[in-house]
Amino acid sequence: MKLRWVFAAIAAAALIAAPFALKTYGVYLLSMWAVMSIAAVGLNLTLGYAGQISLAQGAFVGIGAYTAAILTTHGWPLPVAFVLGPLLCFVVGWLLGYPALRVQHHYLAFVTLAFSTLVFLILRNEEWLTRGIYGISGIPRPNVLGFAMKDPRPFYFFCLATTLVVALFAWWIVRSPWGRAFMALRENPVRAASLGVDTRRYTLMAFAIGSALGGIAGVLYAPLVQFIDPSPFALGLSLNLLLMVIAGGSGYFLGPFVGAFVSVLLPEWLRFTEGLYLMSYAVFVMVLVAFCPTGLIGVGERIAAAFARRRAGAATAAQDAVAR
Amino acid sequence: MADLLQLIVAGIATGAIYALVAVGFVLVWQTSQTINFAQGEFVMLPAFFMLAAMKFGGASFPVAIVIGFLLSLIVLGVLFKRLVVDPVLRHGVLPLVISTIALALFLKEAVKEFYAAEAQPFPALANSNITLGGAVISVQNLVIIGVAVVAVVALQWFLGGTRTGRAMQATAQNPMLARVLGVRVNRMILYTFLINAALVTLASLLVSPIYLAKFTNGETLGLAAFIAAIVGGFNQVRGAILGGILVGVLDNVVAAYLSAPYRAAIPLFLLIAVILVRPQGLLGRAEERTV
Amino acid sequence: MTPVLDVRAITKRFGGINAVDGVSFEVHKGEILGLIGPNGSGKSTLFNCILGQLQPTSGEVRVDGTPITGMRPSDLNRLGIGRTFQLLQVFPQLSVRENLILAGQEHQGSMARRLFGPRDAGLTASADRMIDFFRLAHVASHKAGELSYGQQKLLDAAMAFMAGPRLVLLDEPAGGVNPTMLVDLRERLRAINASDAATFVVIEHNMEFVMSLCTRILVLAEGRIIAQGPPEEVRNDPGVIAAYLGK
Repeated sequence: MKLRWVFAAIAAAALIAAPFALKTYGVYLLSMWAVMSIAAVGLNLTLGYAGQISLAQGAFVGIGAYTAAILTTHGWPLPVAFVLGPLLCFVVGWLLGYPALRVQHHYLAFVTLAFSTLVFLILRNEEWLTRGIYGISGIPRPNVLGFAMKDPRPFYFFCLATTLVVALFAWWIVRSPWGRAFMALRENPVRAASLGVDTRRYTLMAFAIGSALGGIAGVLYAPLVQFIDPSPFALGLSLNLLLMVIAGGSGYFLGPFVGAFVSVLLPEWLRFTEGLYLMSYAVFVMVLVAFCPTGLIGVGERIAAAFARRRAGAATAAQDAVAR
Repeated sequence: MADLLQLIVAGIATGAIYALVAVGFVLVWQTSQTINFAQGEFVMLPAFFMLAAMKFGGASFPVAIVIGFLLSLIVLGVLFKRLVVDPVLRHGVLPLVISTIALALFLKEAVKEFYAAEAQPFPALANSNITLGGAVISVQNLVIIGVAVVAVVALQWFLGGTRTGRAMQATAQNPMLARVLGVRVNRMILYTFLINAALVTLASLLVSPIYLAKFTNGETLGLAAFIAAIVGGFNQVRGAILGGILVGVLDNVVAAYLSAPYRAAIPLFLLIAVILVRPQGLLGRAEERTV
Repeated sequence: MTPVLDVRAITKRFGGINAVDGVSFEVHKGEILGLIGPNGSGKSTLFNCILGQLQPTSGEVRVDGTPITGMRPSDLNRLGIGRTFQLLQVFPQLSVRENLILAGQEHQGSMARRLFGPRDAGLTASADRMIDFFRLAHVASHKAGELSYGQQKLLDAAMAFMAGPRLVLLDEPAGGVNPTMLVDLRERLRAINASDAATFVVIEHNMEFVMSLCTRILVLAEGRIIAQGPPEEVRNDPGVIAAYLGK
């Protein structure tokens, strides 16, 4: 248990120190990691904790991104988007939960997949609002409390701070009675209902909150990349986020952070293989899933448990030796 | 009226291709609980096997077709099952979904990297047109429908009329019981993967002349196959056929009369409607439990 | 006196068969009613009709005078009706204590208040009381999935009681439990029944368990009640013996 927090502390220190050692592109990647972590945390809540499969998280990132882009390119400050984007995603996410009350598992996956594609079509076709395939460019970086965030490093810390706030929020939810109810919903909805868990409300809430977090990620995404068009928000991002949650460890709190790390940074490190980097990444994921279906955090836990057992075994062996 | 007939024929032809892909998808799901998110890429790939055989091997088109079939059976049938599905299947459906998502990416990038990123022309099976009651119908479409019909009839005969076929059906319905009854379940599952490989190769052969061979083809084809499978009935081969044709006709006919940008939305709405109203699909048997 | 459970002419039809055929009975406060019968007699179907898992074809169920026929399981819980399941259904990934807190947390208050309230919904004390009562203190912090089968059964029963229900339906609570644990289980159930005046209805196959626990027995065969009364009477009823051994 304690070891986990040591790792987390080291990681936190690294996250704060890294931008000073990296060039612009490296800082950009770290910011992207932070943004994707937020979206993955949301999906982990819906899927990992509440057991509801969603292939639509990418669409919510898109809704958040376009909200931010449209507002800020028309002179509105980013905080307005931080309110409107997630709020819109919360409502739409709540509505997306209704199909989940009727169907589960692979059927639910396909409904959310269809929804994701529909959102993409709307983003692409409604040019009067989103400028369609031409996209929205010149998305400004925000001014926060008088500090200009134009440069990569200050903006990275802004993203990091937002990620921290989202992480604390998610931690609060997961540790509250709601978290317990979500897990009951995931493990055994029938038994949960017989214990008084309002499975309908909790399902809708799991979708709504997860989607809202996706929206927050989107609101950060827009000023990060400063140009958005509909194509990233097609099915690809939804599938990528699903991959992050599973590869990191579905249902583990730190899973999405690890998963986002793998998904955002691993392809970059594989660039030395040149054209093959995406193929290597794909093979890595396939091997990972075959050997660690509980994700990287799950593997970490297993290793930690094995060490603990060996230490306990050594301790008992020592005790026996002394006793004799 | 002539236009409508043209559209319907074109729709049935596209639908026939979707049906082939959907049938393979459903068979694989039924026997091994594998949701193959790479099914679209499976349709994209064989065309490139054939193109490579012609370009690098100097083979003629008919020979290239045979080579394409053989390579697909090996890669999309045997290797897919042994290397991708078997190691992951025991961990559950979701990890396997992730695996096939990664596989789709792998196949896409492999084609883009090792063959070409631009769309490649693909030889057509027929080039002429015939006129029927004022409508101009391409022989290509008729050939597609014909080939698909033959393939489906052959498959149905195999599944229903041969011992192996019936063993496969038993595996699909109740693998544990089938095993107890002496059916070699693992082999039956392998046969399903091989049949899927054959079906997607056939679909590839039929669709590539129309859409050209491009590494991104998998995305739209895959989605169409999923929709066809679910609309028709996820646990029924006959359903997948009906679903395919329905999606194909709907796509062509309705899109001509409705706004083009939202053409792709129609099958999506159909999918959502079917899942919410009748999740087992139009021809499927009810099986799903809800919260 | 209004009976705690009033089952009126419940019939459940599947295809051409009446799995449950016009069953009526009353259960009064503090009783422990045993429901027995050979396999296929309709006991589980009757339970599911009472508990909202199945919609009865006809008939009515009332709890303390309130009609509850076809109500959703989560609403039944809030009315003070609990149940255990034939197949063990604890939450293996949560600890024993967490399982119990979960079992009690949704019973009162609103969802919103629960989010902003304490982490344990104020239930650690009652959960610990339940843990002590069912003698699970030594495994309280273990994941429920790590417990032995018998211990999980005790936890399962404990969870049904967390919300202080007035009526609990137990579906084969003794199934698969070893004889030592059975003595424990029976004694704990009798104790809760005495202290909280909770009313039980128990389906069981284990004759010894049922006869020693219950105050009254109902015998079901082919969907109909064929005998009712105190355990000794029912045990010696020729009709009951015939139903079990075949005519």
